[in-house]
Amino acid sequence: MKKTSVRFQTLFLYLVVMTLVLAACGSAKSGNNGGNSGGAAGTPSTTEGSTTAAPGTDAAAESNKPLPPVKLLNVSYDPTRELYVEFNQAFAAHWLKEKNQKVEIDQSHGGSGKQARTVIDGLKADVVTLALGYDIDAIVDAGLLGSDWQSQFERNSSPYTSTIVFLVRKGNPKGIKDWNDLLKDGVEVITPNPKTSGGARWNYLAAWGYALKQNNNDEEAAKQFVKDLFKHVPVLDTGARGSTTTFVERGLGDVLLAWENEAYLSINELGPDKFDIVYPSISILAEPPVAIVDKTVDANGTREVAEAYLQYLYSDEGQKIAGKNYYRPTDEAIAAQFAEQFPSLELLTIDKDFGGWKEAQTKHFADDGIFDQIYTPGA
Amino acid sequence: MAGAISVHTDSEASKRPRHITESPVVKWLLIGLALAFLGLVVALPLVSVFVEAFRKGAEVYVKALTEPDALSALKLTLLVAVIAVPLNTVFGLAAAWAVSKFSFKGKNFLITLIDLPFAVSPVIAGLVYVLLFGAQGFFGPWLDERGIQIVFALPGIVLATVFVTVPFIARELIPLMQAQGVQEEEAAASLGARGFAIFWRVTLPNIKWGLLYGIILCNARAMGEFGAVSVVSGHIRGQTNTLPLHVEILYNEYQFSASFAVASLLVMLAVATLMVKAIVQWKSSAH
Amino acid sequence: MKGSRKIRVLPGFGLSLGFSIFYISLLVLIPLAAVFIKSFDLTWAQFWSTVSNPRVVASYRISFSTAFWAGAINAVFGLLVAWVLVRYRFPGKGLIDSLVDIPFALPTAVAGIALTTIYAKNGWIGSLLDPLGIKVAYSQSGIIIALVFIGLPFVVRTVQPVLQDLEKEREEAAVMLGAYRLRTFIKVILPELLPALLTGFALSFARGIGEYGSVVFISGNMPLKTEIAPLLIMTKLEQFDYAGATAIAAVMLTISFILLLLINLLQWKMNRRTLSE
Repeated sequence: MKKTSVRFQTLFLYLVVMTLVLAACGSAKSGNNGGNSGGAAGTPSTTEGSTTAAPGTDAAAESNKPLPPVKLLNVSYDPTRELYVEFNQAFAAHWLKEKNQKVEIDQSHGGSGKQARTVIDGLKADVVTLALGYDIDAIVDAGLLGSDWQSQFERNSSPYTSTIVFLVRKGNPKGIKDWNDLLKDGVEVITPNPKTSGGARWNYLAAWGYALKQNNNDEEAAKQFVKDLFKHVPVLDTGARGSTTTFVERGLGDVLLAWENEAYLSINELGPDKFDIVYPSISILAEPPVAIVDKTVDANGTREVAEAYLQYLYSDEGQKIAGKNYYRPTDEAIAAQFAEQFPSLELLTIDKDFGGWKEAQTKHFADDGIFDQIYTPGA
Repeated sequence: MAGAISVHTDSEASKRPRHITESPVVKWLLIGLALAFLGLVVALPLVSVFVEAFRKGAEVYVKALTEPDALSALKLTLLVAVIAVPLNTVFGLAAAWAVSKFSFKGKNFLITLIDLPFAVSPVIAGLVYVLLFGAQGFFGPWLDERGIQIVFALPGIVLATVFVTVPFIARELIPLMQAQGVQEEEAAASLGARGFAIFWRVTLPNIKWGLLYGIILCNARAMGEFGAVSVVSGHIRGQTNTLPLHVEILYNEYQFSASFAVASLLVMLAVATLMVKAIVQWKSSAH
Repeated sequence: MKGSRKIRVLPGFGLSLGFSIFYISLLVLIPLAAVFIKSFDLTWAQFWSTVSNPRVVASYRISFSTAFWAGAINAVFGLLVAWVLVRYRFPGKGLIDSLVDIPFALPTAVAGIALTTIYAKNGWIGSLLDPLGIKVAYSQSGIIIALVFIGLPFVVRTVQPVLQDLEKEREEAAVMLGAYRLRTFIKVILPELLPALLTGFALSFARGIGEYGSVVFISGNMPLKTEIAPLLIMTKLEQFDYAGATAIAAVMLTISFILLLLINLLQWKMNRRTLSE
């Protein structure tokens, strides 16, 4: 009996030690975290100070001595890497000039849905710039920002837009001009999986919209169309970038359904002499939205700079950077400068033609939705 | 499951009298077959990593490795390994001691639990920590109130890595210590040696190669883990990206050469540790 | 427990076992329990309809069958590699020996990308196979190749030490009795190796069921054809359906655990048999 109690003592001692080790580890992380949101712990007073100071009278006095540097975390989706690398630099320079404060913007990229989930699960994003409003709505459901986010910034909180185009091999050997050409015998279509990729949902919906239009809004015919379309898809990558690699590097498929900006980027990065872009008769207006994560900016005291950051996307410079990175600027004057790059075509919109993301999602992409039915055995 | 991932390189077994080995023809045929298989499945992917890495020349290669994001990823990867490997070493020693030197009920169950991370999908390995410590997880709100960040920060990455590498050292030591039995330790104990002295003087010298090999494997896997870490990392450039994640990022940015360059660095880290092990072993056997 | 106390001369049982159990509970058991607890968010009917959905069932079938074939291939070739490494001497043997560990060290995503590069129809090997009408990348054979890569060290490193310690005497005896080499191998050596081989197979198999990083690149992810179960977990997560994801995960975990437990019991029984001999 005594022996047992001794054993238990040692055991207990070990438990305590282990817990302490883990606790130390825990505080180390929060210390480490201090680096990340370190602005966070340190800045609330200062940034809030500047929030009140900015409209106040002593803004000039404030700008004489440099404010402590601030950090933002922008959680975005895959294709925007290049855009935000450039834009972050521009904004940092702008902010330094304006407020005499250094701002450092951290970037995180991944599939849009996955990124939204990461934010819901606790990644402290100050701003999110995702592919679909649906993904931001999911963050709303978790209570991290208000449901009115879409009215916080102009134009549905979408500073730039894009659309879905076809990337074909040089000279378009299969003669692909429009959506119905994708169903021709021997044509292989590369698109990511709409269940895992935001971009692929736009692809799918554009095809659906085309089919509806061709068949006088007959849903059954549209169903058959997308079903036939996906019979021509040999590989379903999990993300847009994966599909591009499959098409470009592996040489698979005759046509890649891609974001307009991705198509341009692949041509520039991977071989102007290898691919052509084809604009179909009808496509979809993709409006990648931006939003402030209220909970994080309130905790970090970064609301002012976060708002300015997203607002700057609408400035002339921001719009130009978007255009340079092959996103369609929403500012008409700037868009006009890029008119040559972005041919106009008939574009469906999510809200008007599909009843918004919630409806499109449940109808098409949720489990047992129309997309799943394509791949139901015996269907 | 005696003998999982264990290796002894005494050359005794390869010195065999003629009548119990194969004819040279069969021998070389078997060697050829084995090499062809290894070449096709292991060596070729490895070679392709290096070929792709140098496709755009040594300059791109060096630049890919010295870029700040790559350096911070390297730092993070090493830091994670430095925390995870000692933890698993202590655990491996304790578990092997308990399992191999004593008999108790539920031993098979314990060994199976130790094996389990081998069989758990990396996706699940990452997911469990999100379920526990994520903002929506069981402990999420509690941690959040105290401002402690576990997932999408260093602790989460360490936890996921530890999870994936738990079995390596224990599984290496258990069969080894089982094979050695308890006689030597018991003799030492009967001569009055104290607990830790027995371990230090008697057990450790016997298992040092197995232990070293286990540590090396554990370390290699800790530095190379992708799936589980990917789920808990948050992918913040320059902060929570480990080398394997950095490889993926570069790949997704169409910087294929740079991506393979970073991958080749991981290969070299692994190969270097394996080399060190071979050299140390060779030197000690020469004594 | 009580019966065995008498032989416990050595110190540290409570400490080492206590720590082991504590550590494994904290890092493995409790986290994995979270999967099951989360899947209880579903009613039994929901749970069942999730895991019995034809897509999910197909993905289980694909995951298990490809992992099985990869395990089988590894059992054969892993044995061969172990045999060659133990029994023969040839130049570069040390290097080859280290090569076996590479799959442990290489990040799975890199392995997947590298294998896809090689076996795609414009890759080094894929371009040779394509004219023959053999498609490796983006088919189930691609998945098997990736899993062979991932699982190989498990078999080699399990079989190697047993082969090393095999006593010469038995083989000598068989030879003296006039048995041919192949017969000696089948009748004398193979039975001795079987437990280790089985363990290696099981580890490779178990690892293959859950593998994600390398497979998604090479499989093509076609529903019902090359869509693996871990990918469906990711798909569920993508739709913010945590409970559904954990339901699929719970089934996989249970199967893996039972598999490993069976193998450990089998191994234990076989060890006992050899000990009592």
